[in-house]
Amino acid sequence: MSETETAELEQFRSETRAWLEANCPPEMRKPATSDADVFWGGRSAKFSSEPQRIWFERMRDKGWTVPDWPREYGGGGLSAAEHKVLRSEMARIGARPPLSSFGIWMLGPALLKYGNEAQKKEHLPKIAAGLIRWCQGYSEPNAGSDLASLQTRAESDGDDFVITGSKIWTSYANYADWIFCLVRTDPTAKKHDGISFILFDMTSKGVTTKPILLISGYSPFCETFFDGVRVPKSHVVGTVNRGWDVAKYLLQHERAMISGMGERGVGRPLGQIAADSVGTDAQGKLDDAMLRGQIAKFDVDEAALAACAERAVDLAKAGQAHPAFSSAMKFYGTELNKRRYEILMSAGGVDALEWESERSKQGARPRAWLRTKANSIEGGTSEVMLGIVAKRILDLPGA
Amino acid sequence: MALVLTEEQSMLRDSARGLISDKAPVSHLRSLRDSKDPTGFSKELWQSFAEMGFAGLLVPEEFGGSGLGYMEAGVVMEEIGRTLMPSPFLATSVVAASALNRGGNAAQKSEFLPRIASGSLLATLAIDEGAKHRPLQTALQAVRAGNGFKLSGAKALVVDGHVADLVIVAARTSGSAGEREGLTLFLVNPKAKGVSIERTIMVDAHNAARIELANVEVNADGVLGEVDQGADLLDGVLDIGRGAIAAEMVGLSDEVFNRTVEYLKNRKQFGKLIGEFQALQHRAAELYVDIEITRAATMKALQALDADVGKAASAVAVAKARAGTTATRAVQEGVQMHGGMGMTDQFDIGFFMKRARVCEELFGDANYHTEQLARARGY
Repeated sequence: MSETETAELEQFRSETRAWLEANCPPEMRKPATSDADVFWGGRSAKFSSEPQRIWFERMRDKGWTVPDWPREYGGGGLSAAEHKVLRSEMARIGARPPLSSFGIWMLGPALLKYGNEAQKKEHLPKIAAGLIRWCQGYSEPNAGSDLASLQTRAESDGDDFVITGSKIWTSYANYADWIFCLVRTDPTAKKHDGISFILFDMTSKGVTTKPILLISGYSPFCETFFDGVRVPKSHVVGTVNRGWDVAKYLLQHERAMISGMGERGVGRPLGQIAADSVGTDAQGKLDDAMLRGQIAKFDVDEAALAACAERAVDLAKAGQAHPAFSSAMKFYGTELNKRRYEILMSAGGVDALEWESERSKQGARPRAWLRTKANSIEGGTSEVMLGIVAKRILDLPGA
Repeated sequence: MALVLTEEQSMLRDSARGLISDKAPVSHLRSLRDSKDPTGFSKELWQSFAEMGFAGLLVPEEFGGSGLGYMEAGVVMEEIGRTLMPSPFLATSVVAASALNRGGNAAQKSEFLPRIASGSLLATLAIDEGAKHRPLQTALQAVRAGNGFKLSGAKALVVDGHVADLVIVAARTSGSAGEREGLTLFLVNPKAKGVSIERTIMVDAHNAARIELANVEVNADGVLGEVDQGADLLDGVLDIGRGAIAAEMVGLSDEVFNRTVEYLKNRKQFGKLIGEFQALQHRAAELYVDIEITRAATMKALQALDADVGKAASAVAVAKARAGTTATRAVQEGVQMHGGMGMTDQFDIGFFMKRARVCEELFGDANYHTEQLARARGY
């Protein structure tokens, strides 16, 4: 990096720091503790607090809900280096993301790469402004790890496809406005070759959703049914029957997103949380030597993973990233997050078992613990991730 | 700062790799071991290291060195780790050079640093006394005598101790074992009266020694840094050494891993390449991830050292702890997946296992550094 570039970046850092200081409400500088703390946008979106609204609107107006997207699509137009600076400055004050959205994490990157100009102009600005909430129609009852065996049919009828079938584990489908969906457009082709990636409105005739009650007692996922849903062919992203390319590219982003879901580096250290319930000895050490050791090993691994996540971004920027690296990160990040919650449950002891009390905020911890068990399943299981690393990175035979 | 090598660092890596893979493949270590070489490394190769600017890599330019940083030292260490090359680089060019550069006065620097850079002086740090690395437990006594001090006590695992021209000894000038106050570093001439040195050939066939001091006189010029206030200097120097060893362990782990994956692609059993078995694929993939996070943690630690040695302790603890865990796993999987071949001396893989074990102990093992992180985080 040249001296001028370094100076410009430092200038950007100090401006960003000042702007965040002036514009990020204090309430938005604490980790989100419940789903109500997360703003997802969409047609029926409601802000859970005034600071949440202010923070979202200020960031949106700067294009910083999607800082690295081009300005013409509602983004902030930041370079990778500037984006890294913004992230580190937000992390410095513990600022929450102003908008959470599958449109940002998953569909957006896929549209930027595979979408045509009309699709980008239509959808990206609405994602950036939080106007449309998206859901993902990938898995089916008989197509989980073996996603490419999906059976939802899209039959050609003039300018439209007519879609029939069902999806499962559709996150927040009951709140979503639109869906990006994998459908089979050629049932005679080999399984990877007859799939298309298509977008449609969830209010279309023939779409129904049914929430699935999970072990956490929550229903973040749905079953989604399509009964002759009519969708214009212009809503296919990329080439008809080449949807698997789009699907895989999007999965890389999904895996990167999931690997980062653990609350790395925010909030209080695990060891201090544990001290609340376990207690400490005269020197301030946790009064449970084995648990303390587990936490310390966790902290080592978490810090190492954080460095690796940072390096993954830097490698991508330098053009040295392996496209399957997100699978490696997804594997490690999700297994680590499960470990985190096993430790939290152990540290909490009896207190962490209460399910419905006021004291436990309606069982926030055990519900979150149970939720993490999905981390190593959703977006590709840990076993699938290891298979991808073995095949695509290590080039092992027959994997 | 990006966690990728710069163009200059990549060039440094390529030139180090070129020299080391050409002149010091694993067979080089094997022949030094088998011939019971009295020096324990190749002096000729060390001279090449000096000519390429590696011996004085961390020595400031005004003292004839290259004036590079810890990241660059790590780049060289990683290449050393790949072939297990026995070299004074760690003890002399990283640890001792850092101690002199950070703690030395003008006279000490100009006496020793140029000779380190030219490859003509070998130096080392003598720290450990017990079986495990516990720097604050230092008990080797230094009592005032006339213009200087008299040192008495014993040190172990002194890297290159039997060939060093200068031994930097951590001693206790006041207080008692366990306390931060009262530690002092001394520059000791190994030929001085009262110094006895026993070369201890280690499991990894690398150099180490036990050193005993019996009323060894060191005058006031031989004090490195402040009397009684050596703990901060020592912490910094040890962290630099730890970062460098972590980098060596990354190179070692990566090399063992590459060799093992190659074996999985070539060895046939049950009519299949064994790399087709999912049981082995998943273990290999997990190890790959371990190595990648360890590499990143190590780069992070080296960058933190370059930014401010005094603030790098936690990043270094993470790197050395992770490097220990990962290298241990890499060499064990390496031997296991090579099957019976991995157990033979004829095959190189065992050399990696032995070196990993020594690297793990050097300057604190994974348990030690995990404990340090817990303390730093206040639980």
